[in-house]
Amino acid sequence: MTDTVLSIRDVGKNFFGVTVLSNVSLDVGRGRVLGLVGQNGAGKSTLMNIVGGNLRSDTGSMEIDGAPYSPASAREAEHRGVAFIHQELNLFSNLSIAENIFISAMPRGPGGLVDRRELRRRTASLLAEVELDLSPDTLVERLSPGERQLVEVTKALQLDANIVIFDEPTTSLTPRETTKLFALIRRLREAGKAVIYISHILADIENLADDVAVLRDGRLVEFGVRADLPAARMINLMLGRDIDQLYPPHKSVAEPAVLLEARALSLRGVIKDVSFSLQRGEVLGFFGLMGAGRTELARILFGLDRFDQGELRINGQPMRNHSAEGAIRAGMAFITENRREEGLMMNASIAENIALASLTELSNLAGVIDGRTLVERAGDFATKLQIKSGAIGATPARSLSGGNQQKVVIAKWLMSRPVIFLLDEPTRGIDVAAKYEIYSIINDLAASGSSVIFISSEIEEVMAMADRILVMRQGEISGEFTRDQFRKEGILRAAFGEQEKVA
Amino acid sequence: MTAQASPPVGPRRSDYPGLGLLRGLLLSEYFVLYLTIAYFAVASFFFPALLEPRNISNQLSNIWPLLAVAIGQTFVIIIAGIDLSLGATMGIASVAGAVVMTSAADKLLLGGSPLWGWALTEQGGVLANHPAALPVAIAAILGTGLVIGLVNGVFIARFKLPPFMMTLVTSMLFAAMAIWLTQSQNIVNLPDSFTNLGNGDIVSVYFGEKLTPEIKRRDILPFVTYPMLISLALAFAAHLLLSRTVFGRQVYAVGNNSRAAQISGVPVRRTILLVFVIAGFCAAVAAILYAARLEAGRPTIGAGSALLDIIGAVVIGGTSLAGGKGKISWTVVGVVFFVLLSNTLNYMRLSAFHIDVVKGLIILAAALLDVLRTRLARMRG
Repeated sequence: MTDTVLSIRDVGKNFFGVTVLSNVSLDVGRGRVLGLVGQNGAGKSTLMNIVGGNLRSDTGSMEIDGAPYSPASAREAEHRGVAFIHQELNLFSNLSIAENIFISAMPRGPGGLVDRRELRRRTASLLAEVELDLSPDTLVERLSPGERQLVEVTKALQLDANIVIFDEPTTSLTPRETTKLFALIRRLREAGKAVIYISHILADIENLADDVAVLRDGRLVEFGVRADLPAARMINLMLGRDIDQLYPPHKSVAEPAVLLEARALSLRGVIKDVSFSLQRGEVLGFFGLMGAGRTELARILFGLDRFDQGELRINGQPMRNHSAEGAIRAGMAFITENRREEGLMMNASIAENIALASLTELSNLAGVIDGRTLVERAGDFATKLQIKSGAIGATPARSLSGGNQQKVVIAKWLMSRPVIFLLDEPTRGIDVAAKYEIYSIINDLAASGSSVIFISSEIEEVMAMADRILVMRQGEISGEFTRDQFRKEGILRAAFGEQEKVA
Repeated sequence: MTAQASPPVGPRRSDYPGLGLLRGLLLSEYFVLYLTIAYFAVASFFFPALLEPRNISNQLSNIWPLLAVAIGQTFVIIIAGIDLSLGATMGIASVAGAVVMTSAADKLLLGGSPLWGWALTEQGGVLANHPAALPVAIAAILGTGLVIGLVNGVFIARFKLPPFMMTLVTSMLFAAMAIWLTQSQNIVNLPDSFTNLGNGDIVSVYFGEKLTPEIKRRDILPFVTYPMLISLALAFAAHLLLSRTVFGRQVYAVGNNSRAAQISGVPVRRTILLVFVIAGFCAAVAAILYAARLEAGRPTIGAGSALLDIIGAVVIGGTSLAGGKGKISWTVVGVVFFVLLSNTLNYMRLSAFHIDVVKGLIILAAALLDVLRTRLARMRG
């Protein structure tokens, strides 16, 4: 690898005193694809955010084509030829494909007005390049996830980037779209671009990459040509230890009593014929791809959306057209997948956040709440979950780290004394140590007789935590696995559908 | 490992003590209170007349009705809404009450009103000179406010109309209706029992020497008045409601993050609805105070720049237009500042137009201050 485009030297980063990246050195070569692998929280995204200009490194340096490179913003990174295609796509769904692609470089005509004809013409030729058969005027909101991914790639092509970073690009793609994307990546390589490809799907890495870098706990543990690194070795390097250490030991405490029962729940176009029961003390995993209907199901169970057909019983009590208040009264708690939008009042204090679902219990008959009692009671739960913060009555939720924010959300629900917990991707975006704490909390909940519905897209996590796994696909339950039947391949096959070949 | 300079670290903010003090002051909850005191001190140096008892008594009487309606606006702004119809609500509510209790109406002026001949005659309103006139009229005023608030609330909470749009529409609707009903005339000849609410005083003081045995009525200056008690009672009740009750917490939660609030079991729609009903009620209380003071039901009480005052006072007090943050005590300070500002601008002999220009700029400054404070707080947090 002589022709280095991007070189990373001793880059490190700390968040809130936690080292997420330390002394990482890497070279990315012209016309090569670098596969970047590692557990969630290993530092892949942090590293790429530093390269992409979204974060600044605390230590170390970078070079592009031998010239120093330390981007202060994503814009500066773009100017230096770095395109970052994010997992969560950065497209404006209310604008057209053409407007999205040229958002920062609209072709101008006379008088500085946007030259719409030129815009359309250039977009059309770019779309032809990625073999996307769509009109440049199509609004992005009408596109499938895969098409959006390709539009994002087209945007990178327009920038004429030399370094293109893909972060988990295939999570929401159909097999056909994936094939299309891979063909495109190979063409980028042939055109002499440097590609960094982040993925959990090791088969894809084996398929695409020329070089492989493995990160673990913020350190680079291996960097070499792909031929030297078969998938089995990658896994060993990624884990670096027994899987048991990532997760607290599993102990099944399920009792026969059924707390929640769904029978043929359907909502047209969203979920179909979903039937399952949840036992006391059970941790029931829900696995599936993005958009498989798991979050939608949770919202329906919690009364945020209605269902057309079917039956739902909680504690034997039939629920229909219930509201979130009704679900809470029936003993449910819902920890949503996006803390920022649905979980927390970011500008309110930790105490106010924790008390939010228990206001009625905290008040007297006249609806009066004593502020001091509120802070004290919330404090009990903050202590119990070891939330690391300043005074909980004065510290706003936004000042906390992701892991502590998630603990605030959990504390809020613990305070309302539920018996059924709906957890939707509860460990997303939080560090390894905090994850372990959350897993322990889940086990404690089950041990104390609560039931947990645990939605996750991380197969290792579900397998380690759940007593039973239900797999969803296109709004339906496509597989059920008891703990003795847990096999990665079978679960993934159920999630992708039978015809799909999986790792 | 190649020795490479790490990115330059800028001077820490705490290196400038003066800046720290300014930050502390800006971030202080009662920044506007300090500003008001400082402004009053400086202004009274230039205009000593500000300190005259007559002026103070006068300004106090300007404060109370504005405070009443601003309290309602505070609730609405805390849930990240805005109520543009409060001015119109005051106008039509005052008319509704006056029509019930007036004891005489001029056919020349009001003959064209659609109310003429059945609800309004030369002998006055339906309950003219009736002992029940006062309570019924007050009920009519409060009822009008509640109904308008309910209409706003239902459309905003239930049909998810943007508050800005909905209240702009009801504002136009009810302002026009008030003018149509009265042909743009004031409804006068209100019973003394009503006007006493605005003019009646509890503690009044005479300043000056007692030269003649008789002190003229107009030389006795009222300080503690019915409007003062009514507005302060309303403020106190609103304060308790916001800071001490489940409902109050829910109001803040909706303003802070309505999706998180909904998932946490806050009845979001009911909260929004009630907030607009409260706002309508507060506007109706203000309508009583204004109408009693003017001794007339006036369709245009809340027209013109009144809305500017109602929103401006709340925002200047520090209640954030982004929602989730605000206090009644802040609004009290904001109202005092706003009235004081108008007062000094009058002393500067500015025209009404110039006064509005200055007020507009002050509100702009307050909104900018809100943004700045949020940013400073975020940097510290």
